[in-house]
Amino acid sequence: MTAEPQNMDVFLKGIWKENPVFVMALGMCPVLAVTNSVINALAMGLATTFVLVMSNISVSLIRKLIPKQVRIATYILIIATFVTVVEYLIQAISVEVHKALGAFISLIVVNCIILGRAEAFASKNGVFKSILDALGMGFGFTIAVLSLGVVREVLGSGTFAGFRVMPANFEPWVIMVLPGGAFFVLGGWLMLFAWLRERSVKRSEV
Amino acid sequence: MAEIQTQPISEVPQASSFHMIAAMGGVGFLAGILIVLTYQLTLPVINKNKAVYLEKALFNEVIKGATHKIAYKIEDSNLVEVTGEAAMNAQIYACYGEDHHLMGVAVAASGQGFQELIRLVYGYSPEKEAIIGLKVLESKETPGLGDKIEKDPHFLKNFEALDVSLTPDKSRITHPIEWVKPGEKNKPWQIDTITGATISSTAVSKILRSSTEKVIPIIARHLDQLKTADFPAN
Repeated sequence: MTAEPQNMDVFLKGIWKENPVFVMALGMCPVLAVTNSVINALAMGLATTFVLVMSNISVSLIRKLIPKQVRIATYILIIATFVTVVEYLIQAISVEVHKALGAFISLIVVNCIILGRAEAFASKNGVFKSILDALGMGFGFTIAVLSLGVVREVLGSGTFAGFRVMPANFEPWVIMVLPGGAFFVLGGWLMLFAWLRERSVKRSEV
Repeated sequence: MAEIQTQPISEVPQASSFHMIAAMGGVGFLAGILIVLTYQLTLPVINKNKAVYLEKALFNEVIKGATHKIAYKIEDSNLVEVTGEAAMNAQIYACYGEDHHLMGVAVAASGQGFQELIRLVYGYSPEKEAIIGLKVLESKETPGLGDKIEKDPHFLKNFEALDVSLTPDKSRITHPIEWVKPGEKNKPWQIDTITGATISSTAVSKILRSSTEKVIPIIARHLDQLKTADFPAN
């Protein structure tokens, strides 16, 4: 059973060591734009994870059939297809969420995490590992957008997923739901992650 | 550490044109089938969701407190009742309260925004001769700027009692809707636009002006028809 820890590593690296947002700083556009509420962040995270998994499976399945010269065009075509599919699915689940995410659903096509994983991982590995890689990266991305969404909604609107959690006399920090708030919160999380990493490096040196 | 293997472009085996076209064509064909399948499967659910969303917008935000509606389209200045799927794209929704009393008329309108079409629905109260509510149903305005037309409380306050009273012969609106710079509104038929969303808020004002000029006189002429409409069983 030597393969198992390896598979686990493939899955876990997206969540922590190579987290697409906090470590690789990829896909910043949706991270900053649609994290003003928990529901929006969760929907965007799950939609991106779905597209990641489906495109990684497809790319991995056809990786030996696609000539190198047209691979990027093919990957984009595959990703765009699944983004269209996810757009219909979100509308079927909730018109409100679809309206809140607006143009950003279509923009998943150009999220560099997805094309990046197709090119760097799925085109070189089997289907099972590609699924694990996509799930790890997808969950890593979802955790990141959620951690922004939670802070921004609680401080900016005084609610969590629409339910009031702050006392009635709490004055919402409006800046938090505005674009500026996204930068502040992202900066805060990046600082925390950098500090944690530095601390673990120092500890291992000792 | 394994060395990274690089291969000059010229050494990548050249695939034949046929192979490349076949690969892309094949993927494109499958992609097309997948998209059409998803579209067909989700369409009934999406239409149902949109109908629920429209009804919620009408009864909660445009004509607050209404519980029933009858949809109409305008044909040669007459109101023709529409039902089923056509009701989704109707131009006029007469909204009634629990006691089947006409509370107001919601009018659907659309026009060019900053980037794409803005679709909205506004509520007209024949009693007050004013617009009493507005909801943007669809817009792709710039997030953080143009999309303020949907949530800016000061802007939405314009539509709580926007005067659209008619001339005595009910042929046209006495004072067509005007738009002014933020904070300069001093007449009941004026709309305060939004700083940072000038184009989008002006677009909403223009949509309202052209729609009210056309539709409100027609509603006024058919008010009795709306007030005495036969009610469906629901």
